[in-house]
Amino acid sequence: MLIQITPRSACRASEITAEATYLSRRRFLANTGLLLAGAALPGLAPGAAPRYEGVTPAAAPAWLAGKLPDTRWKATELPGETITPFRDASQYNNFYEFGPSKTDPAANAHQLPTEPWAVVIDGEVGKPGRYALEDLFSPFTLQERIYRMRCVEAWSMVIPWLGFPLAELLRRVEPNSKARYVRFETLKDPEHMPGMRSHFALLDWPYVEGLRLDEAMNPLTLLAVGMYGRVLPNQNGAPLRLVVPWKYGFKSIKSIVRISLLAEQPTTTWQGMAPQEYGFYANVNPNVDHPRWTQAQERRLPSGVFSPNIRKTLMFNGYAEEVASLYAGMDLRRHY
Amino acid sequence: MGLLLWRIGVFLGALGPLLYWVYQAEQMALGPDPGKVLLENLGQAALILLLLTLSLTPLQQLSGWRGWSLIRRQLGLWSFSYASLHLLGYLAFVLGFDVSHLGTELQERPYILLGVAAWLLLLPLALTSNRFSMRRLGRYWKPLHRAVYLILALALLHLLLIVRSNIGEWLLYAAIGLLLMLLRLRRFKPVRIRR
Repeated sequence: MLIQITPRSACRASEITAEATYLSRRRFLANTGLLLAGAALPGLAPGAAPRYEGVTPAAAPAWLAGKLPDTRWKATELPGETITPFRDASQYNNFYEFGPSKTDPAANAHQLPTEPWAVVIDGEVGKPGRYALEDLFSPFTLQERIYRMRCVEAWSMVIPWLGFPLAELLRRVEPNSKARYVRFETLKDPEHMPGMRSHFALLDWPYVEGLRLDEAMNPLTLLAVGMYGRVLPNQNGAPLRLVVPWKYGFKSIKSIVRISLLAEQPTTTWQGMAPQEYGFYANVNPNVDHPRWTQAQERRLPSGVFSPNIRKTLMFNGYAEEVASLYAGMDLRRHY
Repeated sequence: MGLLLWRIGVFLGALGPLLYWVYQAEQMALGPDPGKVLLENLGQAALILLLLTLSLTPLQQLSGWRGWSLIRRQLGLWSFSYASLHLLGYLAFVLGFDVSHLGTELQERPYILLGVAAWLLLLPLALTSNRFSMRRLGRYWKPLHRAVYLILALALLHLLLIVRSNIGEWLLYAAIGLLLMLLRLRRFKPVRIRR
């Protein structure tokens, strides 16, 4: 059964730009060309035509290419907010497995082999196992969700993700009555991840994140396989990552190889390293500062030196209507 | 003439990064968050220039070349300039010139306090780096300028408290700083200065 709840932030069907308007003649010609090319090269299927300006095209793997025609494009939007250029979203990343600087992931992540990929699902579930990505993924229809992404470092972006709700996957693997938390683990592959080979890294690998089961089941929580209408760039967490838009970015774990349902709250990487700075919940909250900087405002990127783009941070990153009830009665100063 | 060219070369070498970064920021070549990058670059430059300033005495003692000590004041002033721009960058890009937050920032974030303290200590050294002040202060000038060792310690601590995921770079600076201090502990054989 599909219960479809339309959040207030979603756009109405009447607001959708007619496709004829959307596709300029030039782009239409380009698409036609790509369609023809698509017939010859399966990797460049129709959906691979760039939907956003300045997107580096990438061949979609077969498991993704077949899904693109049925994708629900713009399932959620953010009216009045500008989508961050693809270049910035793909060149300015924190992915410490590939190095400590913001440009390291884009420089190093291409080394990572993302096919074949498998995800272990274990713990308190009826159907544990090691699932090949294409099998794990095959039952679901893709959706495009345009979400705000707020980093704990006080910068933010707006990114169109492609994925499916984590809840749909969890229902299929049948969590049992003991399951109360979900633990996620990133690939640990020092051979292809130069940041892991640094002797001075302060993080423990593999990277671990976690959600309470009700947070994981919230319809906003997404498992993403793409962004900007294409497959995820490696530096953005290919081939499978979490997107939890009301939490700081570090909760949205990348390149997932393991999903475990647990009875107890897992220890997560940043929380384990600096518990006074990073909590398990890590909900975006302008009223609770990081000990080293304020969280009351954020730099919406790109933010120029001579044209700074600073805005006030919203409670739950603007998703309070959808998620505030999850934390009813909780002291969010204590459970930061 | 050679020494004059050397001093001009050092001047241009120290000015170069600043001009280059401002150009990059204007061209959006520093990425989508150029204020943050500029802030970090300026702070890093101030620290490197401070370490270079402190390396001149050991270099002179080891090599006996007069050129090293000729650029000490200049490099010290460059370090102060980059530190001042770093502070200005913090006020602009982090606080957005809203100084009403400054009190909270100083109270709650020790690394801000350490950074400001280091700059406040650098200020009198920069102001008294001229010949007139040297004459006026006489025998007090040298003890005053030994505050530079405290400034280095504050700057390194300031950086240590900002480290998030990787401590490699900090260890490098701290090791160089430590080496420069150790070199001051042992007495060098006096080297005749070539004129």
